[in-house]
Amino acid sequence: MLFLNDARFRAAFYQFVAISAVLLAGWAMYSTASANLAKQDIATGFGFLSRQAGFEISETAIAFQSTDSVGRAILVGIANTVKVSFLAVLFGTVIGLFVGIGRLSTNPLLSRLMLAYVEVLRNVPLLLYLLLWYSLIILVFPPVKQAIQFLPGFFLSNSGLAVPAMQWQSGFYALLGAVAVGVAAAFIAHAISRRRRIASGRGGSGWAMAATLFLLPIVAVWASGQVAVTWEAPELGRFRLTGGLHIRPEFVALLFGLALNLSASVAEIVRGGIQAVNRGQWEAAMALGLSRSLALRLVVLPQALRVIVPPLTNNYLSVFKNSSLAIAIGYPDLVMVSNTVMNQTGQAIETIAIFMGVYLGLSVLISVFMNWYNARVALKER
Amino acid sequence: MKRGFLALCAATAALAGVVGAAQAATIDTVKSRGKLICGVSLSTPGFAAADEKGRMQGFDADICRAVAAAVFGDPEKVDFVLTNINTRFQALQSGEIDVLSRQTTNTFSRETSLGLDFGPTVFYDGQGLLVPKSLGVSSAKELTDAAICTLPGTTTAQNLTDFFRTIGGKFELVVFESPDENRAAFYSGRCEAISSDRSDLASIRAVANNPDDYVLLPETISKEPLAPAVRQNDSNWRDIVSWSVWMLMAAEEKGITQANVDEKLKSEDPEVQRMLGGADELGKMLGLDNKWGYNVIKAVGNYGEVFDRNLGEKTKLGMTRGPNMQWNAGGLLYAPPVR
Repeated sequence: MLFLNDARFRAAFYQFVAISAVLLAGWAMYSTASANLAKQDIATGFGFLSRQAGFEISETAIAFQSTDSVGRAILVGIANTVKVSFLAVLFGTVIGLFVGIGRLSTNPLLSRLMLAYVEVLRNVPLLLYLLLWYSLIILVFPPVKQAIQFLPGFFLSNSGLAVPAMQWQSGFYALLGAVAVGVAAAFIAHAISRRRRIASGRGGSGWAMAATLFLLPIVAVWASGQVAVTWEAPELGRFRLTGGLHIRPEFVALLFGLALNLSASVAEIVRGGIQAVNRGQWEAAMALGLSRSLALRLVVLPQALRVIVPPLTNNYLSVFKNSSLAIAIGYPDLVMVSNTVMNQTGQAIETIAIFMGVYLGLSVLISVFMNWYNARVALKER
Repeated sequence: MKRGFLALCAATAALAGVVGAAQAATIDTVKSRGKLICGVSLSTPGFAAADEKGRMQGFDADICRAVAAAVFGDPEKVDFVLTNINTRFQALQSGEIDVLSRQTTNTFSRETSLGLDFGPTVFYDGQGLLVPKSLGVSSAKELTDAAICTLPGTTTAQNLTDFFRTIGGKFELVVFESPDENRAAFYSGRCEAISSDRSDLASIRAVANNPDDYVLLPETISKEPLAPAVRQNDSNWRDIVSWSVWMLMAAEEKGITQANVDEKLKSEDPEVQRMLGGADELGKMLGLDNKWGYNVIKAVGNYGEVFDRNLGEKTKLGMTRGPNMQWNAGGLLYAPPVR
């Protein structure tokens, strides 16, 4: 066979066969599954998404009530998953950064303490920590009837933290506009002063100027008397605190567990990243008269980022996926809501397909974003 | 590459074959296996929980034993599979278990869209609420704004939502995947109330440190007829499971007990004779031994005995028969005539 001797044709041919095999296998599974479901009289399709949900969700990042559709309930689950993952990534990264730097401290007490922190956190399964934090919260804090009021309107109990909720009567958009103007002005001022400093070497950092420019429009709007805010304080009803803003123990325990777990990994990544920067960079920075902390911030960390970002991506992805452990402690994330839906509709395959699709899609988004950031901090060879 | 593709095809075909095989008549599968496989709940004292010797005990477990006795004449020829609340129906659909005997409510949508058939109701239950006595609540209607702990995915959450919508109140639903976490959250006061089927609440109350600190509210906010389930489109197997259950009820009605069943073999009552295999050949019609009824009663006793042994007032659960009385004693148990 002559054409098989052509390497390019052969490569294309094999790829074609491989793709066909995958597609055929996928189709065979799909048709077998649907034929069997039909034979067993099990309902199929995604029609159930528009049915009325009929159940409550305790924590809703977007508005939801039991008369909304099943599809919206799943959206609430997605929003809850994203909310807790995002905050956990934020807190975990900041804590991890400090712990990682602390690990390299010349102070033996500090570096050993940080070592212990990292080892204790990363060597025990996350699920156990979640159960531990949750049990601690519900056992240590008093029941809601004996809630601790540590500030007027601020209640702490084993049902979480209840704080006064801000309610805008008027002027919300005016204030929002003022904040936007302030931020823009501060950025511009900072950029100008930075450019002047680089060009001439004179002038301060310009922080005071930027801060003033940021606050000025906000104060102006506030002083004009357009903004009216009322505070709705939580009140002790017969059983619960009603009104106000509630931060529930399920959410706190999950956030705590995910963030601390991430911080231990981040700490090790940061430590490795800093140690990967050539000693000569430290010495050069010192020779220029930079203090240790300035050398770290201006010279070493930017270079360390190149080593840090790729493994960081992996860890962010695992936080997002680990958030599905929420189900153990009653936080209504995507998996928990999907489970409820699955049980009410009995359509396991469709529901699992939805939540796998969501996890896959959002994970890819996180990867794309982190790759973009990685390309930005990567060494640019000119 | 080609070999890989062929292997893939073969694997797919094998998969299809396995699923196809599960569609064979259940009775043949059970008989050739020599054992019944029965899905029960995870540690629910009174319904299905292993005792200190590791033997499965409980009301649901005894239903499984009754079916095993009908098929094999031996109540021990049964393997128990612990099924999770979220995967119980899949376990039945996939053929992993032959019968699901797991405090499962018979509902319209389950019967029509899950590819299964329910047997007769073995326990008339209803959803209730358990609260600590110290809460000072005497009716579920007072629970507006309270937090309520439940397990996920059951009809529980929907019933509560419907109940509170009817009385125009609000509540906070806290859902746990694991029964242990659910109970722990309730005992610690995270929730004012815990809601589930009343039978389940009796079980939760029974394992509390001090059961007397908790009280079951009088309202029953839903109908929960608990029934065993089998795969759809297997009439013969459904008949076997249904009549094993009805045999327990009929035996109580006729006063046949585990102790006097041998004596009753000599009974003059023609229905008792048919039940115990002394007259006619009812067993053959089910494809079972003619003494199947005798075997069931000899193995686990009649319905009342099963109830009293596992759930009754002398047990830790201390439940009364309530609606689970015979029809002629004001209850809902009504076995069709055995003839």
